[in-house]
Amino acid sequence: MLKINDLHASIDGKKILNGINLEVKAGEVHAIMGPNGSGKSTLASVLAGREDYEVTNGEVVFEGEELLELAPEERAAKGIFLAFQYPVEIPGVTTINFLKTAVNEIRKYNGEAPLDAAQFLKMVREKAKLVKMNDSLLKRALNEGFSGGEKKRNEIFQMAVLEPKLSILDETDSGLDIDALRIVAEGVNTLRSPDKSTIVVTHYQRLLDYIVPDYVHVLYKGRIVKSGTKELALELEEKGYDWIKAEVEAAHA
Amino acid sequence: MSTETIDLKSKLIADFRSQEKAVNGEAQSPFYQTRRQALARFEDLGFPTPKNEEWKYSNVRNLVGRDYNFSAPHTLTQEDLNRIAIPNVSGNILCFVNGKYEASLSTIVSPADRITILPMRQALEEKPDEVNAWFGKMADSQQEAFTALNTAFAGDGLYIHVPAGKTVEQPVMLYFITDTRTEDVASQPRNLFVVEERAEVKITESFLTLGEQHSLTNIVSEIHVGKEAHVEYYKVQNEGGTASHIGTTQVVMEDRSHFYSATVSLNGAFIRNNLNIALDGEYCETFMYGLYFPDGKQHIDNHTIADHRKPNSQSNELYKGVLRGKSTGVFNGKIFVRQDAQKTNAFQSCKNVVLSPEATMNTKPQLEIFADDVKCSHGTTTGQLDKEALFYLRSRGISKPEALSLLMFAFCEDVISQIRIEPIREYLEGIITQKLA
Repeated sequence: MLKINDLHASIDGKKILNGINLEVKAGEVHAIMGPNGSGKSTLASVLAGREDYEVTNGEVVFEGEELLELAPEERAAKGIFLAFQYPVEIPGVTTINFLKTAVNEIRKYNGEAPLDAAQFLKMVREKAKLVKMNDSLLKRALNEGFSGGEKKRNEIFQMAVLEPKLSILDETDSGLDIDALRIVAEGVNTLRSPDKSTIVVTHYQRLLDYIVPDYVHVLYKGRIVKSGTKELALELEEKGYDWIKAEVEAAHA
Repeated sequence: MSTETIDLKSKLIADFRSQEKAVNGEAQSPFYQTRRQALARFEDLGFPTPKNEEWKYSNVRNLVGRDYNFSAPHTLTQEDLNRIAIPNVSGNILCFVNGKYEASLSTIVSPADRITILPMRQALEEKPDEVNAWFGKMADSQQEAFTALNTAFAGDGLYIHVPAGKTVEQPVMLYFITDTRTEDVASQPRNLFVVEERAEVKITESFLTLGEQHSLTNIVSEIHVGKEAHVEYYKVQNEGGTASHIGTTQVVMEDRSHFYSATVSLNGAFIRNNLNIALDGEYCETFMYGLYFPDGKQHIDNHTIADHRKPNSQSNELYKGVLRGKSTGVFNGKIFVRQDAQKTNAFQSCKNVVLSPEATMNTKPQLEIFADDVKCSHGTTTGQLDKEALFYLRSRGISKPEALSLLMFAFCEDVISQIRIEPIREYLEGIITQKLA
């Protein structure tokens, strides 16, 4: 589904990603872990198409197509979804109106007829129930005045509505207490399916207790320096990142 | 197009003098005396230049260098009006074309015991004492050249009187239509709205143009808001690309009265709005909303004053602007809190989005506070669109143009949603949607 080859990226002339290689197949869940400043969020942003970053080398192939040439909205239409670490508050745009526009823009891009108001509402209500999202939030301005937990749940709700092939969760656990975390994780697990893939970007292992990954990768200084299964995450939880840093420095010495 | 400039000031003064010869018995009337004094002031003041601090960013040189017809005939039909008017507006419709009242295009539906609506000339004949009690008493002809000029030539416009305790259910809609299909046109409407104690009324002034020739409107509205009266006042500007507008609305509020206003300027070559509110009573409350959306080479300037003269009153102001092309915008918001005006609450905010590198916005909040126990706040922001919000929308599959218009519409809706007359709100939302498309 997704193949990243030797990806280099920088922001304001500063190199952040230094040759990422990663393959994600349909149905898989990959966790990207690593210490602060290792480039985890940059990788998520580059995949979603944030324009602040400059890709200096490498390629990303999604479903057989070169991804980096596409605008963010085209990537979304082809099935990529980024759950933001800091969802943006947008006063004056209601969540429901925003989602209707998004759904129909994506349908238009893919040559499908727009949903009418009744079809759309029915679909949205079902999805809201699925991720236990309170209906009353739909009528409010997008994320405006939402609690941290409500914002993150809104991200997962949008994911449910847009049905992406590849979801990238960028530090979805940050700022959540354990109850909110569990609700968000349940939402993600409900949406898992054999033809959908997920990349979970996280600093801590605790989210992975709930969203169990098939593979765990450790990012350090803009490269994947270690890959393994879910046991690797437990090891990191126990020992921290220092031993990995030491391994990397030793290899370079 | 002729670019020859003329001396409009001298021409107007000469016009006044020649008309004066035809004035007989009227010459001693208070109305005429006020006009004559105003002309003398205009003669001294002359048109403002950018050296005048109040006109620093709004240069009127080009507007006042043109030979307008101040009593231009028109060929506006009911059909023309229907085509450009705000759809579905019901109530009292008062239509002025090139500054003159058009009875055939007007409808008064509210009962006469609730509201008197008369063209100014007729009001002067039938109720001279009522008119003279207020005319020229509120607006400032001493320092403001355009107000002095308007006062000097007063005679066209509308007189509204709402007696004490009466509620006017049907809104009052004034259309000022400039028909410039054959020549350059100027008009100087002068309105007087007197709303007595505990009375309630909704008044809208709407400005539209037909035709491609140049026009200048210099309008003054004086509004008296009696004790415990409630007035809603909307100003809607959707004129042509060659239309200039100088407008002053002077409001004086008495104890426990409410004045609620929105000024929406969507199109016009040059617009200067002065909204001056004197809170001349205790426990008054006023709201001032504004939205301007210039494009191309349009220039829109809003000057507002909330003058707190007595204790315990509140003013709330929110103006928003979207600037595109090579347009320029000006916001100057004054809050005066006089020494007596303890326990004043005064809030002001002006937010602008500049969508083009060639557009310019000048903002100047100006607070002068002479009382010590007051709550005042002000803030202005001018910036580009929130990039993070744009990326957020695009990352959900919304195309860049669609995301931009969604964000801009939301920005404008903040002000538009304050308009409490639904057909007007829908009309404005429609124009904004078109502009954003």
